[in-house]
Amino acid sequence: MAETNTPTEPVRFETHPDRYVHWRLDFPAEHGGKVARLVMDVKEDRGMRPGYPLKLNSYDLGVDIELADALQRIRFEHPEVRALVVTSAKDRIFCSGANIYMLGSSTHGFKVNFCKFTNETRLYLEELSAESGVPSLASLNGTASGGGYELAIACDEIVLADDGSSAVSFPEAPLLAVLPGTGGLTRLVDKRKIRRDLADAFSTIAEGVRGKRSVEWGLVDEAPPKAKLDEVTRRRVEALVGRSKRKAFPAVKLGPLEAQRSASPSGDEQKIEYQYVTLELTPKLRTARLTVRAPSTKQPETPEELAKAGASAWAIQAFRELDDALLELRFNQPLVGVVSVETAGAPEAVLAVDAMLAKHQDDGLVREVTLLMKRVLKRMDLTAKSFFALVTPGSCFVGSLLELGLAADRVYMKDSDDEDVSVATSPMNAGLLPMANGLSRLQTRFLKEPERVARVLEEGALGTRDAVKAGLVTFAPDDLDWDDEIRIAFEERAAMSPDAMTGMEASLRFAGPETMETKIFGRLSAWQNWIFQRPNAVGERGALTLYGKPERPEFNWQRT
Amino acid sequence: MSTVVNDTKIPNNVDLSSDKRLQRALEAWQPNFLSWWNEMGPFGFQKDDVFLRTAVSVTSEGWANFDYVKMPDYRWGIFLADPVPDRKIGFGDHMGEPAWKEVPGEHRNALRRIIVTQGDTEPASVEQQRMLGHSCPSVYDLRNLFQVNVEEGRHLWAMVYLLHTYFGRDGREEAEALLQRRSGDPDKPRILGAFNEPCTDWLSFFMFTFFTDRDGKFQLLALAESAFDPLSRTTRFMLTEEAHHMFVGETGVLRVVDRTAQQMAEKKLDHVDQVRAAGLIDLPTMQKYLNLWYSLSLDLFGGEISSNAATYFATGMKGRAKEDQFEDHKALDSSYAMDVVKDGKIVREDVALRNAMNEVLRDAYVDDCQRGVDKWNRTIAAHGIPFTLKLPSRRFHRHIGIYSGVHFDPAGNLLTAEQWEAKKDEWLPSDADNEYVQSDAEARLRSEADGQLDRRAEAGHQGPRRRFEIAPPRSVTRRPAALAEPAVAARGASGATSAAGRASVARRTAPRARLDDRASERW
Repeated sequence: MAETNTPTEPVRFETHPDRYVHWRLDFPAEHGGKVARLVMDVKEDRGMRPGYPLKLNSYDLGVDIELADALQRIRFEHPEVRALVVTSAKDRIFCSGANIYMLGSSTHGFKVNFCKFTNETRLYLEELSAESGVPSLASLNGTASGGGYELAIACDEIVLADDGSSAVSFPEAPLLAVLPGTGGLTRLVDKRKIRRDLADAFSTIAEGVRGKRSVEWGLVDEAPPKAKLDEVTRRRVEALVGRSKRKAFPAVKLGPLEAQRSASPSGDEQKIEYQYVTLELTPKLRTARLTVRAPSTKQPETPEELAKAGASAWAIQAFRELDDALLELRFNQPLVGVVSVETAGAPEAVLAVDAMLAKHQDDGLVREVTLLMKRVLKRMDLTAKSFFALVTPGSCFVGSLLELGLAADRVYMKDSDDEDVSVATSPMNAGLLPMANGLSRLQTRFLKEPERVARVLEEGALGTRDAVKAGLVTFAPDDLDWDDEIRIAFEERAAMSPDAMTGMEASLRFAGPETMETKIFGRLSAWQNWIFQRPNAVGERGALTLYGKPERPEFNWQRT
Repeated sequence: MSTVVNDTKIPNNVDLSSDKRLQRALEAWQPNFLSWWNEMGPFGFQKDDVFLRTAVSVTSEGWANFDYVKMPDYRWGIFLADPVPDRKIGFGDHMGEPAWKEVPGEHRNALRRIIVTQGDTEPASVEQQRMLGHSCPSVYDLRNLFQVNVEEGRHLWAMVYLLHTYFGRDGREEAEALLQRRSGDPDKPRILGAFNEPCTDWLSFFMFTFFTDRDGKFQLLALAESAFDPLSRTTRFMLTEEAHHMFVGETGVLRVVDRTAQQMAEKKLDHVDQVRAAGLIDLPTMQKYLNLWYSLSLDLFGGEISSNAATYFATGMKGRAKEDQFEDHKALDSSYAMDVVKDGKIVREDVALRNAMNEVLRDAYVDDCQRGVDKWNRTIAAHGIPFTLKLPSRRFHRHIGIYSGVHFDPAGNLLTAEQWEAKKDEWLPSDADNEYVQSDAEARLRSEADGQLDRRAEAGHQGPRRRFEIAPPRSVTRRPAALAEPAVAARGASGATSAAGRASVARRTAPRARLDDRASERW
């Protein structure tokens, strides 16, 4: 399919409920404000790009950006919320998934990143329940197909109106020759623990499964008659509210990030400047420089002060900025292949923030801040760029910012005789910021010698040679070699095949146990991305290419 | 073979007596069908003998047998038109290959969906019309209504036969679900929109049979082309019955129009109020009902640009009406010029022909509708009344496809939502119009329901048995040209001819106390 419609306009990820086009976030009075309700009502003609009407509550990236924003705001701005209902304002349709014409007209890279982002958003929905005590319920007032059912299955509970026609379905394989790649297949068997044979049958019936059978197969939890749907939804949501363990805290408003964007006259260099983060881009050289700064002002020392400081607190602001910068790299900087990860500022300032956060983990807001950090760092783990962390004099790879180094593919630390260069751990490195595999980055790093984890955590600041010894550093060029070594390392990396690097990095980053999350990104997404390249889906006669066209697909029948 | 399912009870030409699988399926389904019929079929007439046409074979003698029968005892049969020897697929990618005797696995789900969607409309219309017997303008109409109803029931059987025979367990479940959905029930609605609309007055009934059953005709014509031969044969036979339904609609509307125009001319009525005061349905109201049912029926053809339509055509599942009249049966390289809405304007765009197949079928339908409307207009003109009924633009009042969600006037001009709100009562029946057309229908129904109790008591004793009949039209395959004098006769206890109710059909000035009283009328 022609890839002519891939955005030329850069994608922006900041939005606000006042500006939502496709979702309505409200808090029904009948639940006394304890329930947030997300109502999907996609505006057909307001797709992010022209060329594909978003019919039947189908979504594109713009729709999902609003969903992700809503979840973030429920976390910070609505601490009173104890359960979430996801539903649709459309009659007889809940959501029909990612828009096929949008996918068909997107570049491979955009498709991959779109799926990654939507996958992350659905995992955030699950994290909201598991970690923040806001369980969710999908109230399906109509058919949920493809990504629509994948959204539902990311909720804790699903109720489906039994009106004789509303169904849940995964029509991707039979209709489009691709996969339900937003976690759907994995969640069928790993989350809802549906028998593999039933999951197999379900995933090949284009029209899906309705009513009683959908309950029997475990695809939904209850299928009441349509007239009873609201009542059942209410009853179940009240039960969810009852089991919520959410801790109260004062609401924190998330203001705009106010990034300053600039470019050199030639356009060869671009710069995005946030308060604590700077992203410098040189697409021509396929490199970028991502710098995160330590706080320079006094930071909250108690949860009360944190609530008072709100979103301007470094721990919130810096990580929101980092998140935005990572998404910028993913979506708007396809040519950038190698990113230097740098930090600057006073290590003790970061360690003080970490100490406060670690000490008050029981506090609701502190918990949310920690989870925010965790999500952003995971986003970095899953970003298909080569990250080289550069530890130099003046940098502050300590505690939560050390995680940036641990998330990087390599760590270069300057071995300087004249200046202090150090790294240090904090309690934040001891498991509060786990990766998708459920382990901390230190644990993942030291799978062979797990005892090293405790040892590193007990150490104070480590100079270059100790850090090398401790296993935290890849290479430690000295003052004289540094510039050249780094230049060569970047040039060499930027010259390698981007596909090979993406696959290699994704394979090396997630050592250790499998979780549902690693299966989604490591298996389902990988297969999907392979299928997305195969002629049976996207070739001239492929099913995705020909969807909606008068011709029928033709398959190459050879199985691999 | 069981006592419920045998060749006598279920006339058929599908060798039911030796088809164990079909017997088993029907044994489970048939009692549920009867429960459905008793619950949702014509209300209050299940114990009456009605003179009905029953098909007992597909031969020229067998397909139209007339006799008195209580509707629940009607012998709903299973008939396929005779096979065409060596039939080949006539269009699409498989053109020229032998037609399918069995369902290809690849198309199983899509074919089942097509059959279920068609099948769902049949019981739906019976449900929509179940109260109409109590306000019917004449026994002629009553009998036509019941004939239509039992045949819709038979069409349900036809689709269920396909589901039972070719679609295994899923097919049996779908057949069961056809009996569980209910027209207009928000919990269990019928699949298609028009079949959830209330049809509670005779003007609506006539419009329904004219416009909505005509959609059925074109769907059946398209399915008669199907590569799936059993579907083709089934629908070909159904078409012979469908003709009568549209005849009922066309002549029904014609009678109303004729009466109104004739009275307007005779009594020199020209204002709507005068026409209504005379107990007639005024022509502007007729236009509104036409607008409503025409637009609802247009929706039934599906989206103008449809990937499903393209798939159905490409695979050979569903063709165009009278496919052999087209030259290019592949329809791969042609396009269809379609008016689409872009940025608040209507612009013409070329759409791949296969994706426009719904619109191609709709074109044929619109032409066919126009022919009927022309007849009505000739009648109005014959009385010298300067009024013309018009089919509105196909963009008007749509809920499916590219014109849904946007407002148009009957001429097809774009409107804002405010303009639409301000004007819609001029174009579609308003509450007041509905009230006028149905005036005191409720009271009538209530009194009928009371009467029903009486009659039930009666039935237990030797009360007079009421039988209604209307002699069959001279030829049902050919539409009778003379509509003014349908041969009406009555016999039995209620044989007296009554002149009552002649004034107007839909206004229903007919006395309504007892069915016996309106045993027979003429126009």
